Amino acid sequence: MKDLNCPNINIEIAAQQRQQKSESGSWLRCFRRIQIFVIRELGGVILNRGPKLCNFVDWRGFKVVYKRYASLYFCMCIDQDDNELEVLEIIHHYVEILDRYFGSVSEVCELDLIFNFHKAYYILDELLLAGELQESSKKTVARLIAAQDSLVETAKEQASSISNIIAQATK
Amino acid sequence: MSGPSLMDSLFQRTLEDLIKGLRQQLIGEQAFISKALEEIRKEIKSTDLSTKSTALLKLCYLSNLHFHDMSFAAFHALEVLSSPRFSHKKIAYHAISLSFHDSTPVLLLITNHLRKDLTSTNEFEVSLSLQCLSRIANVDLARDLTPEVFTLLSSNKLYVRKRAVAVVLRVFEKYPDSVRVCFKRLVENLENYDPQILSAVVGVFSELACKDPRSYLPLAPEFYKILVDSKSNWISIKVLKIFAKIAPLEPRLANRVVEPICDLMRKTGAKSLLFECVRTVVTSFSEYESAVRLAVEKIREFLVDEDPNLKYLGLHALSIVASKHLWVVSENKEVVIKSLSDPDPNIKIESLRLVMAMVSEHNVAEISKVLVNYALKSDPLFCNEILGSILSTCSRNVYEIIVDFDWYVSLLSEMSRIPHCQMGEEIENQFIDIGLRVKDVRPELVRVARDLLIDPALLGNSFLHRVLSAAAWVSGEYVEFSRNPLELMEALLQPRTSLLPPSIMAIYIQSAFKLLVFCLHTCFVRGGSTAGVSASASYESFDDLSIENGADSTVAHGQTCTSAPITNESIVNLLKLVELALSPLLGSHDVEVQERARNLLGFVDLIKLEALNSSGQEENESERKGVEATKIIRLVHDAFSKELGPVSLTAQGKVPVPDGLTLNENLGDLETICGDIELPSSNTFSFGYPSEEKDVLSFSNLQIKEDSGQSNESTSLLAEHRKRHGLYYLPSGKSEVISNDYPPANDPALQGDNNDNASDLVKLTAESLVPKRKPNHSKPRPVVVKLDEVDEKPVAVKQLESRDDSLSGAVRDILFGSEDILPTSSRSNLPNSNRKGKKKQHMITQVESKENVVDDGNSSSRRRKDHSHGKERRHRKKNAEERNETDRKEKESSSNHPRRHKSRQRAEEPLKVPPQTSVIPDFLL
Repeated sequence: MKDLNCPNINIEIAAQQRQQKSESGSWLRCFRRIQIFVIRELGGVILNRGPKLCNFVDWRGFKVVYKRYASLYFCMCIDQDDNELEVLEIIHHYVEILDRYFGSVSEVCELDLIFNFHKAYYILDELLLAGELQESSKKTVARLIAAQDSLVETAKEQASSISNIIAQATK
Repeated sequence: MSGPSLMDSLFQRTLEDLIKGLRQQLIGEQAFISKALEEIRKEIKSTDLSTKSTALLKLCYLSNLHFHDMSFAAFHALEVLSSPRFSHKKIAYHAISLSFHDSTPVLLLITNHLRKDLTSTNEFEVSLSLQCLSRIANVDLARDLTPEVFTLLSSNKLYVRKRAVAVVLRVFEKYPDSVRVCFKRLVENLENYDPQILSAVVGVFSELACKDPRSYLPLAPEFYKILVDSKSNWISIKVLKIFAKIAPLEPRLANRVVEPICDLMRKTGAKSLLFECVRTVVTSFSEYESAVRLAVEKIREFLVDEDPNLKYLGLHALSIVASKHLWVVSENKEVVIKSLSDPDPNIKIESLRLVMAMVSEHNVAEISKVLVNYALKSDPLFCNEILGSILSTCSRNVYEIIVDFDWYVSLLSEMSRIPHCQMGEEIENQFIDIGLRVKDVRPELVRVARDLLIDPALLGNSFLHRVLSAAAWVSGEYVEFSRNPLELMEALLQPRTSLLPPSIMAIYIQSAFKLLVFCLHTCFVRGGSTAGVSASASYESFDDLSIENGADSTVAHGQTCTSAPITNESIVNLLKLVELALSPLLGSHDVEVQERARNLLGFVDLIKLEALNSSGQEENESERKGVEATKIIRLVHDAFSKELGPVSLTAQGKVPVPDGLTLNENLGDLETICGDIELPSSNTFSFGYPSEEKDVLSFSNLQIKEDSGQSNESTSLLAEHRKRHGLYYLPSGKSEVISNDYPPANDPALQGDNNDNASDLVKLTAESLVPKRKPNHSKPRPVVVKLDEVDEKPVAVKQLESRDDSLSGAVRDILFGSEDILPTSSRSNLPNSNRKGKKKQHMITQVESKENVVDDGNSSSRRRKDHSHGKERRHRKKNAEERNETDRKEKESSSNHPRRHKSRQRAEEPLKVPPQTSVIPDFLL
């Protein structure tokens, strides 16, 4: 627990479905081994809080900042002297970028995240690095992600061309 | 297994298929997943990288959301990583950063892959590998890739550059020596005009400054510039964090910075930045009156805001201020008190903390009253939170703030009667502790204990059992202050005591024993005619207190004795009562209870004859026997009347180990021996008690038969043992579930007189918070016994010291061991007085701050014992680099030395410190 991967905002964002079962998003990568434990316990803590309460929870010496968007919960685990409001803004920022990316009209849809969980990660990686906000411009993030997507696409097209498959098979 | 065929890759399930399948599966989630995993295991061995990467992606999904171990795929992930295709790389990096950790065996193999991608021309590949490095870096990776990261720090692609900057933090952390290489470029980036890069650099510094602020003082001018010029709130917040750390170290810097911060606070519309300003001011600039006032103004705005987040943060900020400016809290006390009834538990707890911060010896009574009222109304969780904080605040520093102990003791009893109270154990401890430490409060303590004991309803509440055990012990130990021992005796032996767990039952019986001895002693030894004198004498000072709760059958015939002295007749009744109540306990399943009941009954048997005689016919006939019995009574009474004092935690250590006694010998076997015995559940029979205790228990019986010659010795022995173990003979297992058909001890409905109106409470507290002399303060504070080595924990201290020794030793080792830039001689040459006296030298001459690290080894390593030695070293190196930095500037300004010589000069620098000190302060601001 002590050895946290990212020093400042120990970030990962978890998008959680309301029913205790975590459906999408990523969670505290640094805590890999205690993942299940974390998600159950913290999930319980957060889901039990009513709607009109403050968005901060003290949890085992860390502060957890969470925010709910429709049925999704996004949480971030931060250090004691981090700025809670700033983190809330980061979460909001992230959600807006996700919105824009998945093109949904009003809010991120849970299914989008479930089927594109890796993309949610990629976007998060663009946004944050080593626990610090890297890119504060939504447009830039969108542009970067689009550029990478097109790279992936061209690679895929190559790979799936018939001649390629035949070449593979007859190798 | 034959290689995967074309069919395999053509008909491979994609991630989407997997997810869809998982959501629609009919065979059960676990079954579906294990089937999918099987497929993945097969696919991942494919030679076709597309198949492989898809399998890896699916595995990531399962690992992420269904927590399946994916470590088996580590090597496959590396294989995918070697693919030239970006899409594959991306998946591989994703998988690696998810699953690799320091002990992954193939971690060594990744270095070259990362290096290749770090030098790639595709900026996204570079970014991916930087991202990955930031996640999985260990010492080796950080060391091997330092040159590449260094190159990227000045990359002309901004996207790459800012990411490299962020990763540097991680590299520094893992491999401190990299500071030598990279620090200069990092600092250069501080002057960059691109906001993204600036943000990254400032972020890195704000992290670094958290750990060792002193090293970064020389960079203050740059930070200052950023603070003043910055347009971005993100950056401002980070810079504020840096200043919060470094400004307290240098008053001149604080002077300069405080004004811009206040400006920022006035101007900004962003709450996050505003809060950061407030926090910076209250933590680091608390001596600047005007700044604090401004911050408090802003805090007040937060407090009255609708948004619970702001309210919470406002309270949080208040609690930071509270340590230095208590007036701020009292100014806002209304809001604070109101927040006690906020729906949000976090806000409640925060405000409770603040209320407790306001407590002083003048208002402790009022605040406690208010809080107890709140506790009555709150949910169990918060109720106990309140009670716990009252208890801990009041007992702080051996009851420092308590003046009126009579009041405090009755508060304790009141708290224990609150329905949700679960603090029984703490209340128990305090009851006994106060009894031992404060002589003057004992009469009141006994009265309170009596009230608790006599109420049969309380016995049904299992949370109260611990309190009752303390009450029983108190009433037994200080029975001489009791108004009516006979009544107490009945309370102790009332039938409902069967609801108590055996360990507490045993305490009840032991207390009954003490009571009985006391009564007999008063009655016979002091002479029948004057009996009760001592009893009445001790409570003469009390007013005639009516018995409120005692309207119970148990008191029925005790009532006659309320003011009457103890007569022979009452003694006979008493003995009968004891026999009646205890004889069923002779068959108790619990050894301790059985043992003690036997002791007491045995004693009763011894005395009974005489008591009956003397009651039947006057004293003529019984004289001969009476002498014998009186002797016994006196003996036992002496044994019990030896006063117990508080025992210092170190007391055990002071007892010299007798020759020939090897502690720990054979004790290792004890576990196995005891482990063999299948312990039955707690209320049947227990073998667990060490035989020694039983010996001592029966000791009191034996002792009676011994002649008076040995009595002194045995008395002191017994007293000694009691002193050592006292009440704590037994661990109490209080897990008994008892059906309770009595009404609850303290029905909230009955507490009609409680102030239910929050505003009334506010008013009440408002009054109480005004520091005023309470009328009952005229009473002098009773003496509180403190042990000379004020309850410290010497063991812990010793441990700390030893650790410090090893730590500072290690630091020294590192210092001397590494190819050092700082010869010992030059260090010792530095005048020590510089360090404390002249602050300006402090901030610039890192040599000295370095020396701090070494010399203050004890204090500093205690403060951050979690820092690894590596870090210490890192700081040192960093210092060196910074010195280079400042040096460089110096040189630039004088433009004497070309920069490229710098690295060679490093070794000589320490020697140049004295001239440096005089020049550098000008750099600051």
